Amino acid sequence: MRIVIAKPGLDGHDRGAKVVARALRDGGHDVIYTGLRKTPDEIVRIVNDEDAEILGLSTLSGAHDSLIPKICQKLKISDLSNVVVFAGGIIPDRDRADLHNLGVRAVFGPGTPTSDILHFLEEVKSRKNNGQEVGIGQDPGWHWN
Amino acid sequence: MALELSEAQDLLKSAKKGDRRSLSRLMTYIESGNIPNLERTQCWTLGITGPPGVGKSTLIGQMISHWLAMGHRVAVLALDPTSPVSGGSFLADRVRMDQADMREDVFVRSIASGSNTGGIPNYLGEMCFALSECGWTRILIETIGTGQSDVRIFGYAQRVLLLDGPDRGDIIQAEKAGILELADIIAVNKSDLPGSESAVQGLKLSLGLSENEKREVHLVSALEGNGIADLISTIESCEVDDSRRMIRMRETLISNWDSLLLNHSQIDLYLEKLCSGSITVNDAINSMIKEIISGGK
Ligand SMILES: Nc1nc2c(ncn2[C@@H]2O[C@H](COP(=O)(O)OP(=O)(O)O)[C@@H](O)[C@H]2O)c(=O)[nH]1
Ligand SMILES: [Mg+2]
Repeated sequence: MRIVIAKPGLDGHDRGAKVVARALRDGGHDVIYTGLRKTPDEIVRIVNDEDAEILGLSTLSGAHDSLIPKICQKLKISDLSNVVVFAGGIIPDRDRADLHNLGVRAVFGPGTPTSDILHFLEEVKSRKNNGQEVGIGQDPGWHWN
Repeated sequence: MALELSEAQDLLKSAKKGDRRSLSRLMTYIESGNIPNLERTQCWTLGITGPPGVGKSTLIGQMISHWLAMGHRVAVLALDPTSPVSGGSFLADRVRMDQADMREDVFVRSIASGSNTGGIPNYLGEMCFALSECGWTRILIETIGTGQSDVRIFGYAQRVLLLDGPDRGDIIQAEKAGILELADIIAVNKSDLPGSESAVQGLKLSLGLSENEKREVHLVSALEGNGIADLISTIESCEVDDSRRMIRMRETLISNWDSLLLNHSQIDLYLEKLCSGSITVNDAINSMIKEIISGGK
């Protein structure tokens, strides 16, 4: 699948994001990496121009409570409702429910084995093939973890 | 397939009206082989080749600004290699192109080279025609810069820029492959680093050995933005060389031929048979060609 891995927020560390990107490549996916410090508008624009099916957001600096909702909202109004969004990085347990309610389908903490992310993507693929809703703007009923 | 084709046609229509979502989806349709009816008239293309790490993406980022200032709409097709082991790819060229993610008049699409041995998927030409028809007046193609892709790009781009670095090894590589002879425009990047000046001298020496050499060797720094304006004006005044039509056609033909072979549904079976020694390479080719002709590939 075509996957965009993006780093919203201002922190300058993208080691984690790059490790994930490379692991997904090794799992057979086409991974587009955006680089550091992207604004929500820029990320949505990249997802559009690259026609990605999946968007992975990597965050270390608390971007999850302001930037992730913004990105999700913008995807929905940009005709990108069927893009599947997952998040990774330092995200407190208490904030997970909020992300799930937004339509984020998986939240991976630091140290998650990359095989777990690959399994999530397989599940997404089979759900999509079965016509089940997994996009950011679709029924948020199902999430991976 | 018929449905997909008419969808591709609709996407082309709305992309021409400026709808970005449609343009992007159209590129995906073309990638999967659903090619709408295209005008296929004139289309301005520049291929940028040179070894990995030499600064192709960074230079494109710089050139984009110049063309925008001239009022152009700039589209970039950035190729990165597909891993032969996993079939996946890591596409990160756009990271180096500052203007790529915001401006309405820039469109950057990352493309995995796929299993094509030449490093250039054969639908690239259609993508260029589609972009041109949608009003993109400068279309840049960044190659993966290794293997056959350096040569194969001549089948797809009207003009090709060879970018080299201060590292002498890179230039020898280009010389060997004949790219130095073929390239329309030649530049050495990283003028801010020691060794770049002598790389220019080295290239000039190689070029000087052939008579009637008119091409100059540009020295630029994509990092600091030096020498870019001069390079752009050489690119702009570079005339499409009709004497290269045979070379271009040859590369286009080979590329399409390759993909026929690589997309053959029984290719793995033939490879197994070849490995076990139960057939010869000639046997394999003969029966694959037969199957392609009979449409039963
Ligand atoms: N010193 C110096 N480094 C450069 C220059 N242009 C690019 N680079 C660096 O070279 C590396 C590879 O650049 P990139 O554009 O990705 O190369 P590509 O693989 O040919 O596309 C990056 O770290 C760039 O910052 C330059 O003019 N001078
Ligand atoms: Mg590059």
